[in-house]
Amino acid sequence: MDIAFSKDVQAFRQEVRAFIRTHLPDDIKHRVERGEELDREGHMGWHRKLCQKGWTVPNWPTEYGGPGWSLAQQYVFHDELAFNCAPRLPWYGWDMIGPLLIEYGSDWQRQRFLPPIASGEEWWCQGFSEPNSGSDLASLQCKAVLDGEHYVVNGSKIWITAAHVSDWMFALVRTDSSGKKQQGITLLFIDMRSPGLSRRPIITFDGGHEIDQCYFQDVRVPIENRVGEEGKGWSYAKYLLSVERIGTADVARSGTMLRRLKTIVASERAQGKPLLEDPWFADQIALLEIELKALEVTELRYLFETEAGSDLGPEASILKIRGTEIQQRITELIVDALGYYACPDLRPALWQDANIPAVGPDYAMLASASYFNLRKLSIFSGSNEIQKNIVAKAVLGL
Amino acid sequence: MDFSFDEAQQLFRDSVDRFVAEHYDFETRQRIVATDDGYLPEHWQRFAELGWLALPFPEGYGGLDGTPVDTMIIMESFGRGLVASPYLSSVVVAGHILNRAATEQQKQALLPALSDGSLRLTFAFAEPTSRFDLADVSTTATEDGAGYRLNGYKCVVHYANTAHKVLVSARTTGNQRDPMGVSLFLVDMGASGVSARHYPTIDGQRAADIKLDNVRVDADDLIGDKDHASAFIEETCDHGIAATCAEAVGAMSVLYEMTLEYIKTREQFGKTLGSFQALQHRMVDVFMACELCRSMVYAATCRLTESTAERQCTASAAKVQVGKAGRLVGHEAIQLHGGMGMTDELPIGHYLKRLTMINTMFGDIAYHTARFRRTANYFSL
Ligand SMILES: Cc1cc2nc3c(=O)[nH]c(=O)nc-3n(C[C@H](O)[C@H](O)[C@H](O)COP(=O)(O)OP(=O)(O)OC[C@H]3O[C@@H](n4cnc5c(N)ncnc54)[C@H](O)[C@@H]3O)c2cc1C
Repeated sequence: MDIAFSKDVQAFRQEVRAFIRTHLPDDIKHRVERGEELDREGHMGWHRKLCQKGWTVPNWPTEYGGPGWSLAQQYVFHDELAFNCAPRLPWYGWDMIGPLLIEYGSDWQRQRFLPPIASGEEWWCQGFSEPNSGSDLASLQCKAVLDGEHYVVNGSKIWITAAHVSDWMFALVRTDSSGKKQQGITLLFIDMRSPGLSRRPIITFDGGHEIDQCYFQDVRVPIENRVGEEGKGWSYAKYLLSVERIGTADVARSGTMLRRLKTIVASERAQGKPLLEDPWFADQIALLEIELKALEVTELRYLFETEAGSDLGPEASILKIRGTEIQQRITELIVDALGYYACPDLRPALWQDANIPAVGPDYAMLASASYFNLRKLSIFSGSNEIQKNIVAKAVLGL
Repeated sequence: MDFSFDEAQQLFRDSVDRFVAEHYDFETRQRIVATDDGYLPEHWQRFAELGWLALPFPEGYGGLDGTPVDTMIIMESFGRGLVASPYLSSVVVAGHILNRAATEQQKQALLPALSDGSLRLTFAFAEPTSRFDLADVSTTATEDGAGYRLNGYKCVVHYANTAHKVLVSARTTGNQRDPMGVSLFLVDMGASGVSARHYPTIDGQRAADIKLDNVRVDADDLIGDKDHASAFIEETCDHGIAATCAEAVGAMSVLYEMTLEYIKTREQFGKTLGSFQALQHRMVDVFMACELCRSMVYAATCRLTESTAERQCTASAAKVQVGKAGRLVGHEAIQLHGGMGMTDELPIGHYLKRLTMINTMFGDIAYHTARFRRTANYFSL
């Protein structure tokens, strides 16, 4: 037993760190640190640099343009991105579409869709949830009927993260409703510019626009955009949930948030002293940091316990539950630590001018908005209740 | 990064598990804790034959050159079996002090006897007003010719009833809470001026309050450098923490397994208890708590041999995690067993008793949250 990374991996960490520190633009770093949403252009300024280095699809094998990294290297890479306040890689492309197509895609699909993910030219969104199918995803009703060389899609998808900035959606649609609800589901790639596809922004209560509802009216999807076989969509979706995904626990992002919290309590003052010396705050932070430490070692244990890493099964649920609880708790403590300066709402001003100065300390600027926004963590990607159901069934055998 | 046990460690684990399974069923355990000694001397002999008492010591002194991971393995199995014995106090804790701080001559005299089971020790560090602060020592050692005279009062000394000698922390210089000026002495339990009040602890194990009244010790009963024992004591207790936390993980695993089994079989309203989602989710919380503790115990154990700050911060984190989880797991196990959980006949409550004791030993949640704060910066592996 040895819970340290090897010398090689540690050297690799230094290399990644040096690269990020040299190339990550200050303004992007600052915006990530504040908890701001980056627009696509903001992302791309950084993504192009990563791409030149060949580092945008860390989990892909070299034949598809990946760097061919070991699991430990991938872990350390994401760790360093988070530690240094670099943006996350654009959603869904590298972590979902890549593994999906490598496992189940056709040659044409791999050639067509993988390169623009690596380069950042094409962004993806996930079209699973529907107004009447949330936790009970398999009950989905958005319908696709084969008509010659096309599927004709009708229905609606809701809560779609980043639909308004995406080029493609991978969508679960119903092609057959005669059997069990898990059967008759098909996975399609839908061009977001397709005629008949319309969108409505959904504003979340923190004031942000990151999700949309999409409506499909006779949207025609070429048959070559179907992944794998018709009617097997549910098993592909399950595969996507099971592919080993580093960062389910989001430990490093939480670590960065926790450092921010510590900076805040060191600067804020109460009773003539830094808030840091308030025993209640000091203990709350220490307890949270201990939880995070336990989660970090647990994630590493699950990833590296078996040789070459095993697929995370229901263990991923534990990481998700505890990881999101910790992140939510950190945002609560940040709001608590700020006292009155948690109250000004600067988002409207920020939308007009990204360089707007803060009222009060800069770190207070989006603190409440982040707190509100991160309530989503325990709802999406399978709510925490659903995750507990999964563990109860798959691990506890209940 | 490697979380696996090597072949020798797996064999070792099997042998401890086998001992617990064959010789330590719950009824036997209850009979053992009801004896005068609170442990079974035949078992101690058996531990010696199996090499467990020699585990952490260097080969040159009759030891087996084991690592903290080996100690973790044995303690986890002991936790599963709720094993009551002086292993922790004698081998893990007092043994560590001798191994780290004693002179060559002292080691030659003591470690082989400790390894073959003929010598049992314990460590007296706590005092009625010290709470968990190891440097808060008001017991004094004053020079007396070539030796020293000890005066003071030590409390809740683990398995002092079976110890031949006791290691005592005493102040040789400085004020009551100065880390500097604390020294360690090896005192014969039968020495004149030593009086002990022995009692069972809440978990059925044994402890004693020990009064030292002008107890005379020789110069070569001083263990380690005079005045400089605090760092060793702190380190020793971190080893104690890793060991008790491993024991707690064993105990919690059993509570989890028993409770899970129970809710899968017990029926109410025409269904098993386990079919009620409210209880399923609580069981998942229990499972998660056990998993997170296991991780922290691995980390704390591996970090015992790292830098002081790393060792302290990880040991404290583990202790807090185990303290909180011990309560959660113990309480849920009782609650989900209903009336059965309240009975003395079922092991459930006895596991909670041990976990409660462990939470206090070497410092509780509040103490270690504060120590963690003092030692932790942003961590990474
Ligand atoms: C910000 C945000 C972004 C999202 N992004 C995407 C996206 O990109 N793509 C996508 O497809 N979806 C996305 N979602 C949708 C998300 O996956 C769903 O919201 C989620 O699956 C829950 O479904 P629901 O909202 O219909 O709630 P419901 O399923 O109606 O659940 C409501 C509450 O009941 C609980 N509940 C439901 N069933 C059970 C049960 N069996 N046992 C116990 N409790 C239960 C839930 O845990 C929840 O607390 C996003 C959601 C949010 C908030």
